Amino acid sequence: MIVLEKRPQPSRVWSLATPLVAVLATMIAGGMLFALLGKNPIEAISTIFWEPLFGEFAFYYRPQLLVKGAPLILIAIGLSLGFRAGIWNIGAEGQYIMGAICGAGAGLAFYPLDAFYIFPIMVIAGALGGWIWAMIPAFLKVKFGTNEILVSLMLVYVAEQMLASVSLGLLKNPEGFGFPGSRNLQSYDSAHNAELIAGTGMHWGVVAAFVAVIFAYVLLNRHMLGFHIRLTGEAPRAAKFAGVKPARLILFCLGMSGALAGLAGLFEVSGPAGQISIDFNVGYGFTAIIVAFLGRLHPVGILLAGLLMALTYIGGEIAQGSLGLPAAAIQVFQGMLLFFLLALDLLTNFRIAIRKSEVA
Amino acid sequence: MDLSAINPVLLIASLMVAATPILLAAIGELVVEKAGVLNLGVEGMMIVGAIAGFAITVESGSPFFGFIAAAVAGAILSLLFVVLTQVAQANQVASGLALTLFGLGLSALMGQGYVGIKPPATPKLDIPVLSDLPVVGPILFSHDLVLYLGIALTAAVWAALKYTRMGLILRAVGENHDAAHALGYKVVRIRTLAIMFGGACAGLGGAYISLIRVPQWTEGMTAGVGWIALALVVFASWKPWRALLGAYLFGGVTVVQLNLQAAGVAIPVEYLAMSPYLITILVLVILSADKSSAPAALGRNFHASR
Amino acid sequence: MKLTSLLASAAMALGLATGAVAEDKTKVGFVYVGPVGDGGWTYEHNKGRLAVEEQFGDKVETVYVESVPEGPDAERVMTQMALEGADLIFTTSFGYMDPTINVAKKFPKVKFEHATGYKTAPNVSVYSARFYEGRAVQGHIAGNMTKSNIIGYIGSYPIPEVIRGINSAFIHARKVNPDVQFKIVWAYTWFDPAKEADAAKVLIEQGADVILQHTDSTAPQAAAQAAGNVVTFGQASDMSEYAPFPRVSSIIDDWAPYYIARTQAVMDGTWETANTWHGIGEGMVAIGEISDAVPADVKAEALALKAALGDGSYHAFTGPLKKQDGSDWLADGETADDGTLAGMNFYVEGLEGDIPQ
Repeated sequence: MIVLEKRPQPSRVWSLATPLVAVLATMIAGGMLFALLGKNPIEAISTIFWEPLFGEFAFYYRPQLLVKGAPLILIAIGLSLGFRAGIWNIGAEGQYIMGAICGAGAGLAFYPLDAFYIFPIMVIAGALGGWIWAMIPAFLKVKFGTNEILVSLMLVYVAEQMLASVSLGLLKNPEGFGFPGSRNLQSYDSAHNAELIAGTGMHWGVVAAFVAVIFAYVLLNRHMLGFHIRLTGEAPRAAKFAGVKPARLILFCLGMSGALAGLAGLFEVSGPAGQISIDFNVGYGFTAIIVAFLGRLHPVGILLAGLLMALTYIGGEIAQGSLGLPAAAIQVFQGMLLFFLLALDLLTNFRIAIRKSEVA
Repeated sequence: MDLSAINPVLLIASLMVAATPILLAAIGELVVEKAGVLNLGVEGMMIVGAIAGFAITVESGSPFFGFIAAAVAGAILSLLFVVLTQVAQANQVASGLALTLFGLGLSALMGQGYVGIKPPATPKLDIPVLSDLPVVGPILFSHDLVLYLGIALTAAVWAALKYTRMGLILRAVGENHDAAHALGYKVVRIRTLAIMFGGACAGLGGAYISLIRVPQWTEGMTAGVGWIALALVVFASWKPWRALLGAYLFGGVTVVQLNLQAAGVAIPVEYLAMSPYLITILVLVILSADKSSAPAALGRNFHASR
Repeated sequence: MKLTSLLASAAMALGLATGAVAEDKTKVGFVYVGPVGDGGWTYEHNKGRLAVEEQFGDKVETVYVESVPEGPDAERVMTQMALEGADLIFTTSFGYMDPTINVAKKFPKVKFEHATGYKTAPNVSVYSARFYEGRAVQGHIAGNMTKSNIIGYIGSYPIPEVIRGINSAFIHARKVNPDVQFKIVWAYTWFDPAKEADAAKVLIEQGADVILQHTDSTAPQAAAQAAGNVVTFGQASDMSEYAPFPRVSSIIDDWAPYYIARTQAVMDGTWETANTWHGIGEGMVAIGEISDAVPADVKAEALALKAALGDGSYHAFTGPLKKQDGSDWLADGETADDGTLAGMNFYVEGLEGDIPQ
């Protein structure tokens, strides 16, 4: 009979090969789905994966990959630190919203003043907003041992209501004819997170995402704190003997992921999105959780996973526009990709062995 | 302002209806979590149940078959989660989120031909004398059958967890899977069954929305109820009767809030809409003093290393 | 790095040129905020798209992307359509306003049409429907049909569009029934059928026997049917599956005539920036069949009102009208100007309660 044997060490080969195998498997399964829907499967798959990277208009889509991927990467990097230590912040969506509200609010408070220091203040306010929102579950966990998964999740819904409230009230554009939504920060130069080089998609959020990747890499591999994070996740008992203070670790990991999510929200609202509105958040905080796991909680892996997710979003939109695929088919396709990536991860940590019949 | 316009009897009757989908999904998830598994895919299973139940009801003309189909569809979808977490040892949080994404897309594909159709009505209980009783009639004796099923399920799960051997084993698996395995229990098999039960319940809850509460099919119509159900399980600290109470509280906040608005009370709607979540956090904090409530192995994968 | 951006803009121009030369078909793009299966807002816009296809056949190619979030995603989808050679792009949600303007700047040759906004540009038109005209007809029927003199109104968010509808319906209900009262409930969501069902039930329990809705699901219709003696109106789509009772009439968004006309204009090269606000007269707002549950005389009056609104002989906001606080708004015979209507943020006299802020 076939059994799974845990590998003593995760397999290097398989950890690199599984993403490729998974993408391939998704192409086959997804192709079958598209064929069922009456579309040419090869055309559909190539539209999703090829068109944004090497198609006729790739000059536009490639920078867009950065724009779409950056918030995912920035949030996922923060989450991965906690996930490694077994601290589960799944409320990044709420922290992202609060970062955007606080950051945009700080900027709009200065309107229409023109000054160089406004944007830095917004960045700080955004990070603080996300940080505070994440410190609620962190504090409750440290103080009362409350489950952080659920508190952070609950706070997402609270943040969403706050967003609706400020869109209709506090931050409503006074010149917007009563419609919900704030002033557009894109037309307020001091607060606008513009492209650093036109046409490249590079805005401060993308820079921050790259910096975060490097920072996380150095932290995890070269720094004592990173060692403690990894130790706590892999061997909690050993961590205790090594003198790790769980409370400090919880405060750091949750606070850090909150601040990064808040930053992502701030860069998004002041740049690509431009304004606070009722439907400002589009689920980056939840998608980033998936990105973190797809990237195996490794900074470089997360970078690649974030770009891959962005690719399926952008390629999926192109496929909708040019082939008439329904949005739902793209969602199912993305779901398949995640299933295969998650399922095949098995091969990294386990070996499939065939043994003589013996009840396990 | 005219508070006398609010009829408490009707209010209770309609909050029971509002609470039923949350209750059904939460009872299922409660069993799953008692077995030590955290499935965040409730929303995905609910919406697939909603369209499966709707489609079968429209095609067969019978809500009875519809609800059965919804439960089956939810359970089938949950098998994907089983494959990922129980066989392939994938992370439960990520797998659950992926399941929700997949379910939302799948339901939209399945439902393409069912927009703008009115389903056959689900019959309501109508016992001659009892249903016409003043206060008691509307509250206790004039609902649809699925609502009673939800309450019955709550009682059944409570009794099963507390008094049966099956419940004992389930709890053992959720508390310490290694010990349960050492005692010879089939951890993976038990968890698989629990997850499928959770899927079936979520499917029923979804169908309740598409067939009774609304009733119609539109894409994404569950609109986040699955997530509320997840919150409810914790709110209830994994106790079935508290889940029932919590479901009425959660459903009640919305109904009461709307009632106050209609009565002309100037209330800050968005702050009231936050209140169930804030209350849940508060309850969580209070409960965290009681360390015994959460299943100890919640969210951790099990692999029999022999 | 300057070179890259130069190349990029050159390629953009090139992409545009090839797009225009390669096909003599007119390509029309639609950006939707919800799924085409939402049975309401997006569903009706998609019907408009299908009508364009039917009208022009081989001469036109339509593309659409559904469930596009407002913000950067919308901007990307519009750019994508423009790059792939769309000649005319309809962006069908208020939140697409700034993205539409941004993309339109980059593609001066592509025509854009933004629904329900107020920002125009040389290649950006805006269009919206005077749903409040339909509300006037509804209000008239509702005022006649109610026996409890309580009319329930389900609003989404407190924005001018919704407030306008409430005022219009109220004015015309009061006109035929001075005792009528409105109970208004805000759902604070664009789309949550279960919550709409709750809202309708609450209103019915509090004595409303007519329900007006500014939300798109049929949940209130079903709640009314269950209650037995409550009148409703279809919203966005006809909801005829609930006719003849409880649904006695409906307001239908009919975008087809406008979409066909604008596509024709692009084909003819006569397209110009416009700020269109069409109502019953132009056919953008349609009144669904008034069922036999409405008494014949009321039906005749309603149809006469509809005709007067349609030919412009009557305006839904005609003085004398006062604001809720008792201050004068419109003098006798005066009609409201579009500017005030567009940003309407007050109730008219007689309505109770405050608009949430």
